[in-house]
Amino acid sequence: MCGIVGIYLKNKKYNSQLGKFLTGMMNSMATRGPDSAGFAIYSSEKKKKYKYSVCSNTDQVKEISKKLSRYVKDIKVKSISDHLIIETAMKPKKFIEILKNHEELSLVGYGSCIEIFKQVGNPKDVVKNFSLEKFSGSHAIGHTRMATESAITTDGSHPYSTGEDECLVHNGSLSNHNNLRRSLQKKGIEIKSMNDTEVAAGYISNGLSDKKSLKETLLDGLKDLDGFYTFISGTKNGMAIVRDEIACKPAVVAETKDYVAIASEFQAMAHLPNVNSAKIFEPEPGKVYSWGK
Amino acid sequence: MNLNLKKESLRKVNETLQSIDRKSNKKIFKISNPDGNHAICAGLKDEIEVTIDGHTGYYCAGMNMNANIIVNGNVGTGVAENMMSGTVHVKGNASQSAGATAHGGTLIIDGDTSSRCGISMKGIDIIVKGSVGHMSAFMAQSGNLVICGDAGDALGDSIYEANIFIKGKVKSLGADCEEKKMNKKDQNILRSLLKKASINESEIKDFKMYGSARKLYNFNIDNVSEY
Repeated sequence: MCGIVGIYLKNKKYNSQLGKFLTGMMNSMATRGPDSAGFAIYSSEKKKKYKYSVCSNTDQVKEISKKLSRYVKDIKVKSISDHLIIETAMKPKKFIEILKNHEELSLVGYGSCIEIFKQVGNPKDVVKNFSLEKFSGSHAIGHTRMATESAITTDGSHPYSTGEDECLVHNGSLSNHNNLRRSLQKKGIEIKSMNDTEVAAGYISNGLSDKKSLKETLLDGLKDLDGFYTFISGTKNGMAIVRDEIACKPAVVAETKDYVAIASEFQAMAHLPNVNSAKIFEPEPGKVYSWGK
Repeated sequence: MNLNLKKESLRKVNETLQSIDRKSNKKIFKISNPDGNHAICAGLKDEIEVTIDGHTGYYCAGMNMNANIIVNGNVGTGVAENMMSGTVHVKGNASQSAGATAHGGTLIIDGDTSSRCGISMKGIDIIVKGSVGHMSAFMAQSGNLVICGDAGDALGDSIYEANIFIKGKVKSLGADCEEKKMNKKDQNILRSLLKKASINESEIKDFKMYGSARKLYNFNIDNVSEY
């Protein structure tokens, strides 16, 4: 089953309420995916700074900061539940290599404005653990998982991020992910888990690094990704949704002058401001819809 | 009588509507704040009128018998699924599988529906004023599907004996579905359906009718190599 949600704010006056909106959306999708949950928050870009979202099995922030500052000079570590947000000017290529030497840290996403959090457990607990309500930003994407393709672990939780400021959530399942994983890995895309969605995220990263737009990449995906899916994909500039041509997996969009909200079911957005006067529609099969700067 | 889903539980509201005291005169109900909840007005069996103000979730008015249900909003998957009799009128759009497997009654949708509208319908009359998505009337067995707009891919795939009347374009027909000539009897059926949905009867001439070519009813020995 799984529940997917996304919200893009057109009106900055709501930026401080982004976390609150997403909390409501994820809570009402908890029944669609009680195994694990995760979300990605996009906030304003910090020039020449990168944020690395890391899942850690230790809560010793000081120790980790100390360890890492041996390799990196300017480092700021913020701890939220079992995640750390590490902020530094060091470029991803170098920093990711450093992280690889620390087994207790596993990178879940990085970029100039993205922060990713994911955890095993009921979504209602997960959003509480990370205090999602307090987050602000311009857009956010969330997922509640009912596991089918791979184990119930943090590794198997969405959103998946395989590129800078990118993320993907998925309701459905892919059947050709093993072949695709091999061919993407050959091209140098790093895919860590056995999960099908991570392969789709890698497919998108590959398309974007080939200078294709997100829309073009998702349209190509209709030919290359075999299976059932509704995807919500996020980038620095906005978000997009696509459903496979059979469109078994639900999605509904509500658009007002202030925001665009996407969810598996309408009830996930019933709490959003003025939603009853929003333009509400179901994305057509095989068509890409995108919003952003 | 007003039923507010912000104040009362869905189960309580449905129970109230499912156990009407037939001696009382309470026949008109209003539901506010549906907020996309599932199974609102499922399993009603009395001749009552219920107006839902807002958008509903899955299986709204499922298994309806006798009741007249009006939705001032959109509905989720499976509106009026397995309906036996009565009327369901959706003023907005409907999601997938509207009127699925329904045996009787009338479903009117003012907007569009997405895929599989009237899937496996067994006697219901469905009138869609907008367009329908792909695989509508899939394996439809009996009843009528009227579409004032267009239809998506594979309309009437593997259809049995239901009628499809459509005014707009058909993107493609499904297996064993073909255009039929409309006779007087068919025109009368269509006329009465348009009347039910307050659509001008003069539009009959713009409609085409589709039904089963009946080629899938029996196994064709020429296809043996396909298996």
